[in-house]
Amino acid sequence: MTSRYEAVIGLEVHTQLTTSTKIFCGCSTAFGAPPNSHTCPVCLGLPGALPVLNRTVVEYAIRAGLATRCTIAPRSIFARKNYFYPDLPKGYQISQFELPICTGGHMEIETTAGGRKTIGITRIHMEEDAGKLIHPGEGSRFSHVDLNRAGTPLLEIVSEPDMRSSDEAVAYLRKLHQTVVYLGICDGNLEEGSFRCDANVSVRLRGAEKLGTRAELKNINSFRFVKQAIEYEIERQIDLIESGGAVVQETRLFDSASGVTRSMRGKEEAHDYRYFPDPDLVPVIVSEEWIQSVRGTLPELPDAKIERFASDLGLSRQDAEVLAADRALADYFEACAAAHNNPKGCANWVMGEVIRVLNESGQTIASCPLPPENLAGMVKRIDDGTISGKIAKTVFLEMWKSGKKADRIIEEKGLRQVTDSGAIEKVVDEIIAANPEQAAQYRSGKEKVFGFFVGQVMKASKGKANPQAVNDILKQKLAQD
Amino acid sequence: METTGLTIHEMRDLLDTGKISAAELTGSFLRRIHELDTRINAFIRVTKEQAEEAARRADRRIREGNSTLLTGIPLALKDIFVTEGIETTCASNILKGFVPPYDGTVVRRLREQDAVFLGKLNMDEFAMGSSNENSAFGPVRNPWDETRVSGGSSGGSAAAVAACMAAGSLGTDTGGSIRQPASHCGVVGLKPTYGRVSRYGVIAYASSLDQVGPLARDVEDCSLLLQAVAGYDPHDSTSVSLPVPDYRGSLKNGVKGMRIGCPKEYFIDGLDADVIASIRTALDRYRHLGAEIVDITLPHTDYAVACYYVIATAEASSNLARYDGIRFGQRIDDGGGLIEMYRNTRARGFGAEVKRRIMLGTFALSSGYYDAYYLKAQKIRTLIREDFAAAFDQVDAVLTPVAPTPAFLLGEKMDDPLQMYLSDIFTIPVNLAGTCAISLPCGFSAEGLPIGMQLIGKPFAEETILRAAWAFEQEAGIRKGPPL
Ligand SMILES: [Zn+2]
Repeated sequence: MTSRYEAVIGLEVHTQLTTSTKIFCGCSTAFGAPPNSHTCPVCLGLPGALPVLNRTVVEYAIRAGLATRCTIAPRSIFARKNYFYPDLPKGYQISQFELPICTGGHMEIETTAGGRKTIGITRIHMEEDAGKLIHPGEGSRFSHVDLNRAGTPLLEIVSEPDMRSSDEAVAYLRKLHQTVVYLGICDGNLEEGSFRCDANVSVRLRGAEKLGTRAELKNINSFRFVKQAIEYEIERQIDLIESGGAVVQETRLFDSASGVTRSMRGKEEAHDYRYFPDPDLVPVIVSEEWIQSVRGTLPELPDAKIERFASDLGLSRQDAEVLAADRALADYFEACAAAHNNPKGCANWVMGEVIRVLNESGQTIASCPLPPENLAGMVKRIDDGTISGKIAKTVFLEMWKSGKKADRIIEEKGLRQVTDSGAIEKVVDEIIAANPEQAAQYRSGKEKVFGFFVGQVMKASKGKANPQAVNDILKQKLAQD
Repeated sequence: METTGLTIHEMRDLLDTGKISAAELTGSFLRRIHELDTRINAFIRVTKEQAEEAARRADRRIREGNSTLLTGIPLALKDIFVTEGIETTCASNILKGFVPPYDGTVVRRLREQDAVFLGKLNMDEFAMGSSNENSAFGPVRNPWDETRVSGGSSGGSAAAVAACMAAGSLGTDTGGSIRQPASHCGVVGLKPTYGRVSRYGVIAYASSLDQVGPLARDVEDCSLLLQAVAGYDPHDSTSVSLPVPDYRGSLKNGVKGMRIGCPKEYFIDGLDADVIASIRTALDRYRHLGAEIVDITLPHTDYAVACYYVIATAEASSNLARYDGIRFGQRIDDGGGLIEMYRNTRARGFGAEVKRRIMLGTFALSSGYYDAYYLKAQKIRTLIREDFAAAFDQVDAVLTPVAPTPAFLLGEKMDDPLQMYLSDIFTIPVNLAGTCAISLPCGFSAEGLPIGMQLIGKPFAEETILRAAWAFEQEAGIRKGPPL
């Protein structure tokens, strides 16, 4: 039944910017301070206070616009969005309406089928965040208002209704998340609300031109919930239409506990926000020079990085994507590969042991105790045959714990690999002599026991024998008899 | 009349030569307020102790030889200026009990000079009104005739200066709120160009029109007060970073060769005969002083009042949304929940005129009406601005009446808001154009009520209109106080 229908999805994302001060006053944006300690007459909306625009917010908006191939407006306007709510001190939110700073961009996503798809970006605009209500719970008639967050800068990034499935929506959202974090304009923290998503969802018969009536889904604060909420909503709308009903244009709240969306009708419905240009602020003028100077500071974005890792450094596309997914991880890898020219070898260690140990210890790449140069030093010793890959794991953990460099650990612990064939031959001879039964099995064609011999030799050499040399000598000695 | 009847520049000489102390001067004003203000009702709050303390500071500074123009001068502020530690109400019940934690820029600049603040002045609630009858603290009475209005919204600011209860005052002017009461009370009032004076710490009525300005006993005092408060302020994005000229220094340069425009659209039906006569006399005086009088046209004048009542109320409907009972001022909570609390607080906290304007403005911005009202009004505003730009290609200043009639009777227009709105017909276009204008006494009516004239200048040409006003004031010699 689903296949008769097609979903049409557009996303509105609110990204909290990482400027140190608020958008219209000098108060700190730091998270977690005591309630109302980061406030002043401006962000409290006291009578007589006036907003003054933080230029860094404009710069961040330009960054986001350039990264998503938007047109940056030479002149944009702040507008007031009027509504009453206790967390909104002025009774209006300063936002942008008719003339936003960025319009008409796009981003490429990868579809589950492995193809690429372009998602249009309608607009990006700057606005201020509201405060927070704290409800003490049962027994209290009152709620408390914390205005620390009021006036924190946000970018609202609105996509075209170009997505056709929950998977595409999530792919777009992940791409956007990656981009704003890469740009250094948002910390991307979904739990703290730094990256929030509303989804507009409608369905129509496949092939139909006209869009169906849409519902706006709010309060979705993880990638998983976006997928759940959209899938639930698509199914709900199709069921409704199939049973002869009609979708109503409304705002619906996603309840992550039950996985369903619920109508908010009667609550925040039917708002007339009475937008009009804010007379307290002058138009935002962005010169071509400003745009160019911001362009000059843009970091390399994931797509370009993946391309470069694959074509210049010879990584597989898959590895390049894993490394480029996180800017800090990519930087770590690049520092490592710069210190030792074996990108593939470095990449394997970064994606393998480094990520594994970080995850185990609950750390992030930003706080990784192992400098990339030290990791490179170890990979170098594997490549020049000083240690085996197996011994390297021991060296790696020791570097991680002690902060010592690989060479020092190899020397101190005597981990240098034995490549002297005379010494290895001696051990091999001893092992064969001690295991005549297995030797006979091997010779009778049961080649599986070869692994047993390798293991015994390595054990006897405490792992320091060069595995290749052990292989060669064993083969040769077992063949003789 | 003792020292309270002097001008600021006269007081300055007495203070700096040690003939009088700031403490004595402040004492005289406080006594006069005590004697007179039960009749006039110009003050909402007299800040006696703070004034005496400031006077002592000023005296120390004068003794040290560090006085500036306004050191020790007793002034008063319209209750629209937020003042740190002093209750600020905007003459509204909804703000009763609100003690701001900060000073606005203009207040700070005056404090830095050690000017003395005698108190907070009465006004129309949230600056909405033309008679000062829309005040939660009762109307201000005209010192020339206590049965008449002071004008508004800066009625207290004009009456206090006229009645010598303050040496000078600050008001705000959104559609004539400095100039019209100045005219009705026989004092000088200046509305500077939009952006000339910071609005930071001035409670907003209509943000694109509001401007702070001085009211004073003569033109020179007006120039001194403007000098003290004008200039760019990083806290107000709409303030302009042009240098502030020496207004007082160029006062006496005369009007020889100045071209003064007389717009035919301002001589409307219903214009009081005494007002017409005074304006004609003023034009003659200017001719006599060597100025050239030029007939000009400001063709969109007729639309100004309608345009103003859309734009100003639209902005006000949004500016006044913050009075919600949540964070400051009055909260009326009968336990019926959030929406009920909003409803009660605003229904009982705001006066009738404020509510009327909030509703008008909300309507003008509503979906489906925005284009027909707000957007149309913005277009008309542009035409009015262009009218003035074209006129100023021909002339240096424009001379008009300030109000169609002298001060009307208390209660006369309270039941007819439209008639009340029309009393600002000559002042509103200046705010819409964003330029500057001064109101100064130019004669008296048959009943002995003061009549004012308005000189409108090019944007940021306050110097020109102050100079023209000073020349007239010297020539006419009509300065006198009310019969108190
Ligand atoms: Zn603040």
